[in-house]
Amino acid sequence: MATATVAATAPLSNGFLLRRGPNEGAKSARGLQWTKNHRQSPSSRRFGAAVITAKFDLKPPPYPLNALEPHMSANTLSFHWGKHHRAYVDNLNKQIVGTELEAKSLEDIVIQTYNNGDLLPPFNNAAQIWNHDFFWESMKPGGGGKPSGELLKLIERDFGSFEKLCEELRAAAATQFGSGWAWLAFNPRPSDGKELLVVKSPNAVNPLVLGYIPLLTIDVWENRRPDYISIFMEKLVSWDAVSAKLEVAKAQAA
Amino acid sequence: MAAAATISPPCALLSYQGLRGALVSTRTFQSAKNQRQCGRAVAAPISAKFDLKPPPYPLDALEPHMSRDTISYHWGKHHRGYVENLNMQIVGTDLDGMSLEDIIILSYNKGDILPSFNNAAQIWNHDFFWESMVPNGGGKPSGDLLELIERDFGSFEKFSAKFRSAASTQFGSGWVWLAYKANRLNVGNAINPRPSDEDKKLVVVKSPNAVNPLVWDYLPLLTIDLWEHAYDLDYQSRQADYVSMFMEKLVSWETVSARLEMAKAQVAEREREEEKRKYEEDNESSSNEAAEMYLDSGTEDSEAE
Repeated sequence: MATATVAATAPLSNGFLLRRGPNEGAKSARGLQWTKNHRQSPSSRRFGAAVITAKFDLKPPPYPLNALEPHMSANTLSFHWGKHHRAYVDNLNKQIVGTELEAKSLEDIVIQTYNNGDLLPPFNNAAQIWNHDFFWESMKPGGGGKPSGELLKLIERDFGSFEKLCEELRAAAATQFGSGWAWLAFNPRPSDGKELLVVKSPNAVNPLVLGYIPLLTIDVWENRRPDYISIFMEKLVSWDAVSAKLEVAKAQAA
Repeated sequence: MAAAATISPPCALLSYQGLRGALVSTRTFQSAKNQRQCGRAVAAPISAKFDLKPPPYPLDALEPHMSRDTISYHWGKHHRGYVENLNMQIVGTDLDGMSLEDIIILSYNKGDILPSFNNAAQIWNHDFFWESMVPNGGGKPSGDLLELIERDFGSFEKFSAKFRSAASTQFGSGWVWLAYKANRLNVGNAINPRPSDEDKKLVVVKSPNAVNPLVWDYLPLLTIDLWEHAYDLDYQSRQADYVSMFMEKLVSWETVSARLEMAKAQVAEREREEEKRKYEEDNESSSNEAAEMYLDSGTEDSEAE
């Protein structure tokens, strides 16, 4: 089964806009604070006269920063999350203040600013926030092993075997040139009956823009170690989280 | 979708006389592949191979600004990987025996890159990057180079600001360049990203992943590698510090000046050849007219005067 590549210029295939993505329920957890006074004049918004604006928070990983040692060090997490991820959040908040994006969910911003591949400036920041939130959630301390239940069934149905899925994921991760991500995703409207697929994407692009529901991701903005992908698969991936996301995805597709 | 690389026997190698001046259309390349219906692969011939060129200084010579560990990893693993992979990709194909630059331009394929592009371009980019630096580098350029910088950017400081700004806005992996732009309009192989600028100008350009200004028929003069592996050991996520350090302590302005001289000479040479060609074309048509005159000279009233 061929690996799909989400190129930045790929047109959206299914009238896109899956507005209710997996994080929809978590909107309140983001701590979105609505603009106190929507009817403020543009000029006072611009000059930032003590306005409480909708903004995104930097969500921490669902485990302490050293919890993934020795496979992913506290150091790595500390600057990957504490600097990069934080910077995306800070930058997006600055970009959307006083614009119509300010009131939207993160996913809506991602999809809107993808703009059919002709990216608008907030896209990179918004998508990278989303991608990183998702990445931390894709791992857990003591992770790895095999999936089970419904997830395993679907994997075996659509890839042949768990081993074949692993091969495809590794290949996607290893062949994404430059910066990017490798994904396991759910296609709610598959033309070939296969709901699960492996996708790779460059830079900040993610499968939401193709109308797929992401289930798992590996950050491959430059592998520093040749065994990074193996370590991720064997020691870090949280199949529980993937199963939970699959349930949500199936419910939405139904 | 990019075509998969095919390994085919090297019969009827087309001869390319350097693609820079006369860019071969990609259609020629593809039909050549189809036309070669030669027989089976024979025992592996000794084929042209690219070597991994070392930086022009010891691996620790750029300390403390760029550590030995970084260069050791960057050159010894990444750069070496590109060389080995390209050699494997081209063996037995008609890319075998071509110069690196020709492979880059051909496999760029108007942006629909063929498999050998990333490796070939990354080899070239890294060779160029190591040579762009020198121990105890930095400072300011001088002579012709400084004059052109001041002419085209206003001042060295303005150029420097532009270079840094390009670096901070290159999202994902890529490179920032100072280049000499001497082409006109569209070139057959790629869309010129600056069709409205004047010719013979210095420009700062940035490129993603493995792309470099050769594909736009620009002449590169200086580059900085912005792939994370170039700086993350030494600077973690502080890319701006890395770029500052590069400008202040590592750039080899001498090398950049030398490249500028070569670029100007190349451009002058190309212009001379174009003029010569035009002259020959004009002469050809006027000598045809002359022949007609003589043929008609039997008649009383010759139209020619």
